[in-house]
Amino acid sequence: MKKLIAIFVGILVVCAVITGINYQMNAKTTANEKKVLNIYNWGDYIDPALITKFEKETGYHVVYETFDSNEAMLTKIKQGGTSYDLAVPSDYTVQRMIKSGLVAKIDKTKLSNYHNLDSRFLNLSFDPNNDYSVPYFWGTLGIVYNDQYVKASQVQHWEQLWNPAFKQSIMLTDSARDMLGIALITQGHGMNDTDETDLKNAQTKLKQLMPNVKAIVADEIKMYMKQNEAKIAVTYSGEAAEMMSYNHHLHYVVPTEGSNMWFDNMVIPKTAKHKVAAYAFINFMLSPKNAAQNAEYIGYSTPNKAAMKYLPTSVQQDKQFYPTESTVAHLEVYQDLPLKVIGNYNDLFLGFKMSK
Amino acid sequence: MKSKLKLSNLYLTLVFVIIYLPIAYLIFYSFNTGDTMDRFTGFSMKHYATLLSDTRMISIVLNTVVIALLSALLATVIGTLGALWINQLKQRTMKNAVLSVNNVLMVSPDVIIGASFLILFSFLGFKLGFTSVLLSHIAFSIPIVVLMVLPKINEMPKTMLDAAYDLGATKWQTLSRVILPSITPGIFAGYFMAFTYSLDDFAVTFFVTGNGFSTLSIEIYSRARQGVDLEVNALSTLMFLVSLLLVVGYYLLEKYGHTRKINRNKMMKGPNAQ
Amino acid sequence: MGTQKKSFFVIPYLLWIALFVVAPMALIVYQSLFDITGHFTLGNYTDYLESATYLKMTFNSVWYAFLITMVTLVISYPTAYLLNQLKNKRLWLLLIILPTWINLLLKTYAFIGLFSQNGSVNDFLRFVGAGSHQILFTDFSFIFVASYIEIPFMILPIFNALDEINPSLVNASRDLGANTWQTFRRVIAPLTMPGVKSGFQAVFIPSLSLFMITRLIGGNRVITLGTAIEEHFLVTQNWGMGSTIGVILIIAMFVVMFLTRERKGKGGQSR
Repeated sequence: MKKLIAIFVGILVVCAVITGINYQMNAKTTANEKKVLNIYNWGDYIDPALITKFEKETGYHVVYETFDSNEAMLTKIKQGGTSYDLAVPSDYTVQRMIKSGLVAKIDKTKLSNYHNLDSRFLNLSFDPNNDYSVPYFWGTLGIVYNDQYVKASQVQHWEQLWNPAFKQSIMLTDSARDMLGIALITQGHGMNDTDETDLKNAQTKLKQLMPNVKAIVADEIKMYMKQNEAKIAVTYSGEAAEMMSYNHHLHYVVPTEGSNMWFDNMVIPKTAKHKVAAYAFINFMLSPKNAAQNAEYIGYSTPNKAAMKYLPTSVQQDKQFYPTESTVAHLEVYQDLPLKVIGNYNDLFLGFKMSK
Repeated sequence: MKSKLKLSNLYLTLVFVIIYLPIAYLIFYSFNTGDTMDRFTGFSMKHYATLLSDTRMISIVLNTVVIALLSALLATVIGTLGALWINQLKQRTMKNAVLSVNNVLMVSPDVIIGASFLILFSFLGFKLGFTSVLLSHIAFSIPIVVLMVLPKINEMPKTMLDAAYDLGATKWQTLSRVILPSITPGIFAGYFMAFTYSLDDFAVTFFVTGNGFSTLSIEIYSRARQGVDLEVNALSTLMFLVSLLLVVGYYLLEKYGHTRKINRNKMMKGPNAQ
Repeated sequence: MGTQKKSFFVIPYLLWIALFVVAPMALIVYQSLFDITGHFTLGNYTDYLESATYLKMTFNSVWYAFLITMVTLVISYPTAYLLNQLKNKRLWLLLIILPTWINLLLKTYAFIGLFSQNGSVNDFLRFVGAGSHQILFTDFSFIFVASYIEIPFMILPIFNALDEINPSLVNASRDLGANTWQTFRRVIAPLTMPGVKSGFQAVFIPSLSLFMITRLIGGNRVITLGTAIEEHFLVTQNWGMGSTIGVILIIAMFVVMFLTRERKGKGGQSR
């Protein structure tokens, strides 16, 4: 008994000491409680140097929290508990947040750098006047292949993935809309198709791909491709950029017949408490130099036209990440479909995954 | 007899090798000059240097340790009391019912626990942060403590309690002098398991944290988007070495203190065994 | 009922049950009664019971959890038994638990490094002339890694049960002429049953709801109920269906608890 009590007290003392040390360490950084900006962004989705620069320029203290899926972020914003001043959802999530009244209108007159954005990437279907969102990065869905095993001509079109020669060698991204979307395209439909029979046919088509599928994964697809674990992957351009910078045998293709174009956007949640700071940050990120620095660090495509000239020429002319007008014309942005349809997509995709 | 002994040693060695293989792998790559875990390009301490200058990371580690130590402690206290209560329930059906309820959190996937705790906290108007994380960790650690302590209580001979009462011990005396000492191994086991659960938890913490409070697994998961950061390997190596030292140190202290007691214990055990 | 005697010591425990078990459980049951568009319905349950996909998934989950538990038990029992005979047994036990303090995701990545096409295990296989093999994304690697994670949770309760056995019982059995095997079967095995049962509960139940490694190591070729719940809560936002599967899991847990409950006359036969 005595021993138990001694240990009990011992642990409490240790906790107190650690808390004390921790408090001391943070005492300097949290001094300016009032000038705070709470950012909620994807993990590893900003150059940390930019946060430091922003803090120095404006005197705000940035509290940076991360999430790993739109839906997880949505849940936390909906429930409250923390009032985030700025979040970075993807296109269809922006649409859903607008519908549920979770985001505040953005006054563009307060954003002196707004005109730097490429007009091609503004006023899209998910937020027709950009009343609520400002694009942060954009990208596409495509095919990554390893030139040690696969010739470029073998993977120019989605249909070619069904080639029996690729048995057990394709990695798919674990996402119902993207994967069924590919099957829809091969059957001549759009990626926002809601028709039940079309979707059912797309699932049948996708099931025929199963023998070629090695795994259905998420973020870790990068690591696998870097290590030559698979010959081909279906993934997003940003992910592709990251793998290619590491493994020079990898290449990225956006099939010309069509694919998805996605946007991650800065929004201000209705519950935000530091709106002035949020505006300051959005404007800061829209400045051409900062946008270019961020794009170079993360490797995703920037929607900032003025930033392009600050990027290395190799990046500017990179057709893989800044595709030609004619390819862009075939790309589709996801719409936030009715919940019933989304449920249908998910059930069909689950059925596909279980069909090994 | 000798060959059998060797065989058993071989088996144990094999088990330990497998258990420590991934750890060794992580430690090995923490000294890599490169930034990934698939190619070792040369020895360097650079990831340790990055780690030591990363105050955010160090602060998060401290948070994590405090949460783990405290939540395990409180969960152990509550869980042990709960186990004692469950044990003295007379009706078998009642006992099984309580035990089943006890285990609900163990079977519920973390995501469900996390989401429902989040709803609970926002319903109660709780500010998310240290306290909400602490409470959640206590909550999901309690069942494992009960599961670890209960068998110990069950194994305690009834005669021992009767003897204590016969000798005129009060309830409190019986608890502190007889019951607690004999279930101490179970309590320790419970504490360690609770500690482990807390250190490892990602999903529950993700939902119930907020206002800038973060724990190690949250940080590791969000950094892992670009593949695992070797700074995290360096951190794990250090944490592993520290806990190894603590465990061995604790054990030596314990053993030293124990040898003195053994004689007394022998005398006590004699009459009980009859 | 023993409840009349309860003192204020139990209050925290009861409070915990009310706030963190009953309330969330009620919430899950409540949620499971709504479809994706927010309408009150029993449809989730009928969908579940009529869907070949979900039934197959349930069967798979139970089967994999059973395999994982068995593998874990087969490895852990001898380990716990042998550990218990070592000189510094408590220290060795702590060393078994220690690796669980390293973050799970990191260990999983280490396994990916070990098992991948160009990983250490394949290097070794090539070295001994066995050629390289696809190890990742197979049932083998999934069960191996899952068992790896669960082993400490099985060893600990069994070890504790063994540790509790009064050596005089074993000695008595020997004195009465029983050989090692008979002693084990008649004395040690029955006395460690409670430990095995808590180990079983501590491993089987969480194994039903494994996720993450189903994707990272199993490549989503193994889908458990846990994976499905994870998806419904975090990806598809169909909390109703996710909760329905959650309810199924809780029922499965009650069944396991019932099957491994303590029975009457326990301990009686060993005397």
